[in-house]
Amino acid sequence: MAFDYGKYIRPGKLPHIWCPGCSYGIVFKSLLRAVDAQGLDPDDIALVSGIGCASRLPGYVDFNTLHTTHGRALAFATGLKMAKPDKHVLVVSGDGDATAIGGNHFIHACRRNIDITLLVFNNFIYGMTGGQYSPSTQPGRFASTMPYGNVDFAFDIPALATGAGATFVARGTAYHAAALDKLIVDAMRHRGFSVVDIVNACPTTYGRRNKFKSPTDMLLWMKDAFVPAAAYAKLSPDEAAGKFPMGVLHRVDGKPEFCEAYYGMVERLKS
Amino acid sequence: MTRVKLLQGNEACAEGALYAGCNFFAGYPITPSTEVAEHLARKLPRSGGVFLQMEDEIAAMAAVIGGSLAGCKALTATSGPGFSLKQENLGFAMLTEIPCVVVDVMRGGPSTGVPTGPGQSDIMQCRWGTHGDHPSICLTPAYVEEIFSETVRAFNLSEKYRTPVIVAFDEVVGHMRERIEIPEPGAIPLVGRPRPTCPPSEYLPYDDSRGDVPPMANFFEGYRYHVTGLNHGPDGFPVNASPRIHTDELRLLRKVEGNRGDIVRFAEHRLEDAEVAVFAYGICGRSAKTAVDQARSEGIRAGLFRPLTVWPFPEEQVAALSGRVRRIVVPELSLGQIVLEVDRCAKGRCAVEGIHRVDGDPITPAQILARIREAL
Repeated sequence: MAFDYGKYIRPGKLPHIWCPGCSYGIVFKSLLRAVDAQGLDPDDIALVSGIGCASRLPGYVDFNTLHTTHGRALAFATGLKMAKPDKHVLVVSGDGDATAIGGNHFIHACRRNIDITLLVFNNFIYGMTGGQYSPSTQPGRFASTMPYGNVDFAFDIPALATGAGATFVARGTAYHAAALDKLIVDAMRHRGFSVVDIVNACPTTYGRRNKFKSPTDMLLWMKDAFVPAAAYAKLSPDEAAGKFPMGVLHRVDGKPEFCEAYYGMVERLKS
Repeated sequence: MTRVKLLQGNEACAEGALYAGCNFFAGYPITPSTEVAEHLARKLPRSGGVFLQMEDEIAAMAAVIGGSLAGCKALTATSGPGFSLKQENLGFAMLTEIPCVVVDVMRGGPSTGVPTGPGQSDIMQCRWGTHGDHPSICLTPAYVEEIFSETVRAFNLSEKYRTPVIVAFDEVVGHMRERIEIPEPGAIPLVGRPRPTCPPSEYLPYDDSRGDVPPMANFFEGYRYHVTGLNHGPDGFPVNASPRIHTDELRLLRKVEGNRGDIVRFAEHRLEDAEVAVFAYGICGRSAKTAVDQARSEGIRAGLFRPLTVWPFPEEQVAALSGRVRRIVVPELSLGQIVLEVDRCAKGRCAVEGIHRVDGDPITPAQILARIREAL
């Protein structure tokens, strides 16, 4: 039976704002399937975002939804989670939102290992403002503010999360949507801070400037370039050129989660 | 347990917050406000509340708003540069109508300035700090006991009107120790946010059809709704159409400006027959009280108007005062901010003259007395 997205989408809020060919809709549906697979009560879920194309997603979903300021979603989410540690707090963010203006909140949420799941809609560009380069734009790529090719370097978002202390780090793509469902489920079930770097296509502001003739070309690039982590590890340096690992890239179980640590202290003080 | 204590102003602020039911604090270390955080770091975990030291001031303000949205009474405290960093999310709390209290222990100077000295030059930032049009409630206690009671009042006003409230006091009052009698629980009534009575299916988070302050559901209570920093309609979803934006921004302003009678509080000292008035708040209000008493002992009919609410500005009171006195002297630890408001409200009915000092020391009673004498 076809999946009923309608039960999670607020009546009258579609169509969404995303451009034709944007892959965010694919990821949006994956997120809804992942939540559904866990049988969670929408009353118990907060979906938080900052600013940017991805940050409009919460408005469409019938959860407790909070569209905040640029880069700050994780800090708002930290307040929600600490106030109600038994609830599920999800954050959706773009690459600029999460790792440029929100970079400090990103690394500290990782360090704190607070039980929040962050989905980074990584399209390598600032889409909403028209295609400026972001911290995940690869060197040599073109953007409205790098019209001669990007001379700046890019973050490897999963490596950044791992280094900062996140205990579940994964990468998926809009092309590998079925696999993405499982990554989001596993990220949400993980007790601790979880990050899923989700590779996305922005044909309007990135693809057109970077020799992707169509949105389909961008999805086909994902199909070719992203390799399951186990297979990627076996590639020779030549074979690995231009390829990226995907799947669960880093996982630590047993590191204390921040809310548990805090409320454990509260309990200790009572005795 | 005795309810009489010797407390520092910053500690009294923390105690006032606890009395008001504060169960969520997020902050970042900064002089001279840090003791507010340190006091709550000891107290909040013991009562099951949340204490968070965040990665920066911006995050602390954001976490406070998140905590409040989940139903907590939430506070942050800061100073100087930290207050500048609060502004972004202070505006978010204002537009989304999420109650919270922001304490600004004012230090001197722009930029890093004079971290350990008192200042009052954030006072216009308290009014206009965040971008866009917005109302502001800002309370300005001058005594340790008043810091306690005004912090309680800040929480009450914030919840009642669903808007952030700023408590601004200078470093001297923040670090001064004075006798304080903590009121019995219940002696100061506490106010909670207006709550929805309708079922979730009928809930509109920004429904202003029954008054300017819409009922507020907390997250995770079954009222699933949308909160956004974009201008929005009664249902909470973005609107960028006329005339909704205009009328809604007017409503936000009206929540504060239309309730001046409830919000504006002030203290008067020997003003009945005064020829010269001093308008002063915070530490300057204390110097001014001494100066007024000295002037009276010299036979000069001087009096003091000391606002406890600087924003909304006590316009009517200052206008009336300006019609009764020959001169209003305005000592302030800035190069001339609140004096502009006094002058605006006096409308030429009397002379208005500032005394300004920004070198990290308070204005002395002698400085004020000299200016009172000159007025005659």
